[in-house]
Amino acid sequence: MGILSLAAGILEQGFIFGIMALGIYITYKILDFPDLSVDGTFPLGAAVSTKLILSGINPWIGLLGAFFAGALAGMLTGFFHVKLKIKDLLSGILTMTLLYSVNYRIVGKPNEFFMGENTIFTSVNSLFPNISPVLKTYTALLTVLVIAVLVKYALDWYLSTKSGFLLKSVGSNESLVITLAEDPGKIKVIGLAICNGLVALAGAIYSQRSSQFDISSGTGMLVMGLAAVIIGTTVFSKMKFLRITTGVLVGMIVYKACITLAISSGLQSSDMNLVVTVLFVLTLVLNDLSKKKGAAKIAKT
Amino acid sequence: MLKLDNICQTFNKNTINEKILFENFNLEVKKDEFVSIVGSNGSGKTTLLNIISGNLIPDSGKVFVGGKDVTKLKNYKRAKNIARVFQNPELGTCPSMTIFENMSIADNKLNPYNLTGGLNHKRKDFYRSQLELLGLGLEDRLNITAKTLSGGQRQALALIMATMVKPDILLLDEHTAALDPKSSDIVMQLTEKVVTEKKITTLMVTHNLRYAIEYSNRCIMMHEGKIHLDKSGEEKKKQTIADLLTVFNEISIECGN
Repeated sequence: MGILSLAAGILEQGFIFGIMALGIYITYKILDFPDLSVDGTFPLGAAVSTKLILSGINPWIGLLGAFFAGALAGMLTGFFHVKLKIKDLLSGILTMTLLYSVNYRIVGKPNEFFMGENTIFTSVNSLFPNISPVLKTYTALLTVLVIAVLVKYALDWYLSTKSGFLLKSVGSNESLVITLAEDPGKIKVIGLAICNGLVALAGAIYSQRSSQFDISSGTGMLVMGLAAVIIGTTVFSKMKFLRITTGVLVGMIVYKACITLAISSGLQSSDMNLVVTVLFVLTLVLNDLSKKKGAAKIAKT
Repeated sequence: MLKLDNICQTFNKNTINEKILFENFNLEVKKDEFVSIVGSNGSGKTTLLNIISGNLIPDSGKVFVGGKDVTKLKNYKRAKNIARVFQNPELGTCPSMTIFENMSIADNKLNPYNLTGGLNHKRKDFYRSQLELLGLGLEDRLNITAKTLSGGQRQALALIMATMVKPDILLLDEHTAALDPKSSDIVMQLTEKVVTEKKITTLMVTHNLRYAIEYSNRCIMMHEGKIHLDKSGEEKKKQTIADLLTVFNEISIECGN
């Protein structure tokens, strides 16, 4: 049972943060925009959902509200970058910084607990009152699994639309978008909105799962997301039958598994940052090595 | 079709490196003209294209396209009427997307890029027939990504994409310069075919004097921001590469090169 519950925990975390990684995949891989606002939009999602739940509003609407709040924040980053011509990295940092104050304002304090309030998890449980107790321990996992898969398919679908095509081209070749008589700035704003919407959604789910809001819960989110995106896009790009979005979700699960193993092998939770950095550097180096190997293979043939 | 009126452009204004490029520069291009522009480096050819496409807003002067003043319009808005193929083959296609995706996205120009399917399956056969004309075997490889194509193949694809929705004006910015001689010839022949078939007013900047003479119906030589030579019609037909080279050498010697 110990291993089972450990695995369930890893998967649950993997799917929740996988939703965030899908958002970061859009900005980092597709738009080529290192967007640090995610460190602020993750707690923003938590803040909005907490506020709505405490006001007695349906927790699912809380998720929706979190998504839209995140999207708005992403648009703000886009506004900084596209209209005010501030560098991409700095635009994200500015949004992240100002969101700290916003998040505080929304909830009114840096921490809030809402044990016993309605969350999406209690609402799913109440749908199946006669469920066996064994299954009941896994309803949370199933819930986040379903949401993550839905988000993945929605993203896959969007990237196959005309608008999605433009998003893909703006990151790799802006002048093509200009040639097509479309405004590349507008498309970047859309991409940033989707990314931060998803990150805020993940923040809201995470906060509902733990029944708490913590203003500092966003720290290190970009690094975590990037690690998953890099694991997902490099390790799983070799498997042609898997879509990259699937790879990103699995990447986050792998990442969470590594972290859990590190912690359970006797490290303290304050060692996390060290583990995260080592893991991140390792993925980057492995990524580089596999590229070189690939290049050598091509050169040989 | 295209008119540049009293264009002035100075680079690095009020610095020691100040360079006055255009002083009251005027140019008029008629409908269906195929203008080739030659000239040494720094003569203002690419700046001219940048001013027309809106990538550079001149210090003063006006740009008219089809009789409409577009001086204040942003580059992507001007692109509704103007298409451009760059010297760098990587700028004309999206490397991470397949040939089919690239052609579909180009085909949708001037229509909204909304949430309907990005791939245009109805026009797949048409795309195939367009690629067949190139003779590069791309018609059977619609599902490979553009980044795996060679420079010549990408440039040919870029040209097809740029003219898929007929533009009023086509700007070719040394579009064969990065290619090997054989690929250049293929792209150049394709250019002529597309331009004459679709009747597109074209400005082509090139360093290849043979292309300048053979493919255009008007030839302009630029030098230090001025039009040094402008031949069209019968006059242009009599012009040979040797003539052009003589004038070219004259102006180059003037500069002390």
